[in-house]
Amino acid sequence: MTFWEMVDTYWLYYLVGRYPEGPLGGLALTLLLASAGLALAIPLGLLLGLARVSPWRWLSGPVTLLVYVVRGTPLLMVVFWAYFFLPSVTHVKTDQFTTMLLALVLFDGVYLAEIVRAGIQGLPRGQVEAARSLGLSYIETLRFVVLPQALRHMLPSLVNQFVTTIKDTSLGYIIGLTEVSQVATQINTLVFVFPTQIYLILGLTYFILCFGLSRVAFWLERRLAQRNSTSVKTQP
Amino acid sequence: MPGRLRVDNATIHSLTPVFDFSMLLSGPYHHMLVAGLVLSLQLLAVTLVFAVPLAVVVALLRLSHWAALRWLGAVFVEAIRNVPLLVHMLFWYFGIPELLPDPVKEWLYARNFEVVAAIVALTLYTAAYMAEDVRSGIRAVPHVQFEAARALGLSYLAAMQLVILPQALRIIVPPLISQTLNLWKNTSIATVIGTAELMYQAAKVETATFRSVEAFLFATVCYLSVSLAITGLATWFHHRYPVRAL
Repeated sequence: MTFWEMVDTYWLYYLVGRYPEGPLGGLALTLLLASAGLALAIPLGLLLGLARVSPWRWLSGPVTLLVYVVRGTPLLMVVFWAYFFLPSVTHVKTDQFTTMLLALVLFDGVYLAEIVRAGIQGLPRGQVEAARSLGLSYIETLRFVVLPQALRHMLPSLVNQFVTTIKDTSLGYIIGLTEVSQVATQINTLVFVFPTQIYLILGLTYFILCFGLSRVAFWLERRLAQRNSTSVKTQP
Repeated sequence: MPGRLRVDNATIHSLTPVFDFSMLLSGPYHHMLVAGLVLSLQLLAVTLVFAVPLAVVVALLRLSHWAALRWLGAVFVEAIRNVPLLVHMLFWYFGIPELLPDPVKEWLYARNFEVVAAIVALTLYTAAYMAEDVRSGIRAVPHVQFEAARALGLSYLAAMQLVILPQALRIIVPPLISQTLNLWKNTSIATVIGTAELMYQAAKVETATFRSVEAFLFATVCYLSVSLAITGLATWFHHRYPVRAL
C-alpha cells in the first residue's frame, strides 16, 4: 500500500470514525468531547470559583481542598478512577465517552474555578465597595458589577482552556475511546508501514487546531487591552 | 438452580475482605508499586536535568537579535506546545524508530526504549513551556538596570551576575516550579507506551488483583504527596526570595 492509497482509504475514518454506519469517532469525536467538556465545565467552574472567593468559610474551605487535590493529581488518575472504580459504586458500566467527559468536566471545572477567582480578584477592590455602599446585596454585587467585568477578562483564558481540553481528550486513547489519537493508532496497526507519517499527520492535526485557537486567544487579549486603554483615556 | 455453583460479585465480596490495604505495605504488589514510584521520580529528575538548560537555550533564541534565531525558537515552542504530550510519546516510540535501519530498531526495542522515548518527549514538552517562563522573566528586568550597572563600571559578566540574574531568578523560579509540578503529573502519560512508571504499575496491579481502590489509592497518594512537596517548595521560595518591585 502506498502512502496516497492509505490516505485515500482512511481519511474519512480518521475524520469521523465509522459514522454514520457505526459510532462517531476520530477528529469529530475529539472536537465533540472537548466542546461538551468545556461547555459543561463552565457552569461548574463559575460555581466553584465563586465558592472559592465567598466570605463563608464552610463553603470556601472544602472547595479550596478540592481544588488542591485535583490540581495535584494527574488527569489520567482521575480517568482511571472514573473508569475502574465508578462502575463498582454505581453498578453500571460507564462507557469510555462518559468516563472521559466526567473526568474532563471535573478537571476543567477546577482549573476554570481558578481563572474565575483570578478574574474576580483582579478587579479593583473599590468596585465591590462602591456597589455595596450603593445598597446592593452581595449576590447583586456579583451579578451586576463583578461578573460582567470579570467574565469579559476571562475570555482569552477560556479559549486557552479549550486548547488544553482538546489536548487532554487524547488521554481517551488509554481507555480505548476512539478519538483521533486512537483512530490514528488503529490505522497504523492496519497499515503498519507508515508509522512516522501517521503520527506526524496526527501531530499536525492537533497543531492546526490548537495553534489556530491560541491565535484567536491572543487576538482577543489584544483587543481587550486596546479597549481598556481607550476606555481609560476617555474617562474625564 | 440448586446444585450449581454460582459465583457472582456478591459472593466474591462476601468471601474476601472489602479492602485489603496490607497488600500495599508488603508482598509482590507492594514492590511493583514502589518500583513504579521510583521510576516516576527518576523520569522527573532526568527530565528536569535536560529540560532546564534546553529551556534557557530556547529562551535565548527567542530573545536573539537575529530574526532567524527568534523564528527558530518560536517554531520550537509553538510546534511542541500545540500537540498533546501523548502524541509526542507515540511519535517518539512508534514513529522515529521506523526511520532507523532495522538492526538499530531491534536493538532499541530490545532495551528499555520506552523509557528513553518517554524522557525525550517529556524533555521537549517541558522545555517548550519553561522557555516561555524564562523568556518573560529575563524581559521583566528593565534594560536600564543593565545600562546603569555598566555605567557604574561593572563588566558584562559582573552586571549579569550581580544585577540582572538575581532579579530575573526571583521572577523565573516560581513558574519553573509550577512547570515542575506539571511535569510530575505528566510523567503518568508515559504509561501509554508501556513505561513501567507508577500509573502503569497501578493499572497492572489492578488487573492482577481486581483491587482498584487499593492500587489507585496508593498511586493517588503518591502523586498528591509529591505535588504537595513541590507546592510547598514554591511557597517557601516565594517567602524566602520575594519578587521586588522593579
